Amino acid sequence: MRVEQIAVFLENKSGRLAEITAILADNGINIRALSVADTADFGILRLIVDKVELAKTVLKENGFTVGKTNVLAVEVADRTGGLAAVLKCIEVAGLNVEYMYAFVNKTGQNAVLIFRFEEMDKAIESLQKGGFTILSGEQICAL
Amino acid sequence: METLPRVGLESIQLRRLRKLVARVYKTVEPYRRKMDAAGIKPEDIQTLADLQKLPFTYKDDLRDNYPFGLFTVPMEDVVRIHASSGTTGKPTVVGYTKKDIDTWANLMARALSCAGAHKGDMVHNAYGYGLFTGGLGAHYGAERLGAAVIPVSGGNTKRQITIMQDFGSTVLLSTPSYALNLADAMEAMGVDPASLSLRVGIFGAEPWSESMREEVEKKLNIKAVDIYGLSEVIGPGVAMECLQTLGGMHIFEDHFLAEIIDPETGEVLPPGEKGELVFTTLTKEAFPVIRYRTKDISRLFYEPCACGRTLVRMEKVTGRTDDMLIIRGVNVFPSQIEHVLVGIEGVEPHYQIVVEREGNLDTMQVRVEVSEEIFSDEIRVLENLARKIQVEIKDLLGVTCSVKLVEPKTIQRSEGKAQRVIDNRKI
Repeated sequence: MRVEQIAVFLENKSGRLAEITAILADNGINIRALSVADTADFGILRLIVDKVELAKTVLKENGFTVGKTNVLAVEVADRTGGLAAVLKCIEVAGLNVEYMYAFVNKTGQNAVLIFRFEEMDKAIESLQKGGFTILSGEQICAL
Repeated sequence: METLPRVGLESIQLRRLRKLVARVYKTVEPYRRKMDAAGIKPEDIQTLADLQKLPFTYKDDLRDNYPFGLFTVPMEDVVRIHASSGTTGKPTVVGYTKKDIDTWANLMARALSCAGAHKGDMVHNAYGYGLFTGGLGAHYGAERLGAAVIPVSGGNTKRQITIMQDFGSTVLLSTPSYALNLADAMEAMGVDPASLSLRVGIFGAEPWSESMREEVEKKLNIKAVDIYGLSEVIGPGVAMECLQTLGGMHIFEDHFLAEIIDPETGEVLPPGEKGELVFTTLTKEAFPVIRYRTKDISRLFYEPCACGRTLVRMEKVTGRTDDMLIIRGVNVFPSQIEHVLVGIEGVEPHYQIVVEREGNLDTMQVRVEVSEEIFSDEIRVLENLARKIQVEIKDLLGVTCSVKLVEPKTIQRSEGKAQRVIDNRKI
């Protein structure tokens, strides 16, 4: 139910993102989704990739600080109100979203929302009760 | 010699001091000029306290007389030359006679023995070999002790670790920052320090804090002891911490006279007070110094040591008179910043202090590397960490600084001394 996400520490310097994507490409790692969160001084790159362990290893070897966390991937129909419905469910359950990002899959039928919650188990339970589809890591890679 | 009652030691010191002053006055013109200007003749040195009458020797005196102007013997009697790196100007050059080399080897052997090293030890000497005194100084001492020396010098960290594994190094000599470098590399290579034969590390050539000692001891699974020396005085082996107490370094007083002075007024301070360390060499032939201003900040303790040595102890060097930053009127030593960082769980003692002047205001930025332990995928967590460091520095020093989190290995770890401070102020 949980999807493994890797996070990379980035200083705000030009070329760092290009460097990371090049390292991943050289190792045949496919990026499924990503987001960058940044402050004035630093940023955090969050990635969902097809080969999590390999990505972690090669980035570490290249001197990056890498962490691994679990996130939830929720699939919703790509139409007006799709995200609103999920957020309503989260609000009713009293869950706190640490961060989220989204992408639309190739067919354009569905959108995938990536969530990081403080209380993951409770989030899974509430979303399932609400009738939402939670994707596994394999499912995301297969999209 | 090391357990001699103070009275006996002091009489040896006085005899040697008088001989030295007379010789230096006779043979070295710059010393003679300074003494004449101060109205002091060699005969005026009647007691050890009379040392205070003699003028100081500064690093600039060495530079002004570059390269050999302060040598007291004919060049044909000099068998070895060493020099400082000269990053801040002309290098300072020192020379040794055959007897000086012999004295130095003995001192360094005594230092190693303070750390519990003995014949049969495998001494892994990672101090740089070359003009820097560290490598060769430690090398000769280890041989004199009867230990086996591995002259690995600095650099090529992976090979160093392989050598430690294969040769069974038992004693490590390096700078403390390089020791941490080795620990990092071991972790990366998957080498467990507990699987090595290393027992003790002798670290010097740069200031390091008590918290860094704990860090090195934990990471390398060894005892870490402090050694002190500087090329102008002889090199490593001027003072050494004993394994028994780990409470300050015994100065080999039969060869060196130590004083603590107020760096502003030049006045000698009573025992136990903090100030600048000043050395006079008592037995060196080629390049003696009289009241050499080390710029190192320390304290002297004359209380007897549990190890039985009667030699005075100097506190771990806590800073440099020229390393000391004055930020908006507050004295800041890099070691204090380091103390704060090591105290925060997961923070590596890899840091750099950058000082700028914006308008009329000094700003201090502390750069800290983000290790895996403190990294988080949440901005909030990292921002809280930066704020915590900032608050703790403010609490300790009373100075507000900014904290910048940087990627690992971006703060330069030289194989020798780490550059902790970048002062961009144009004053």
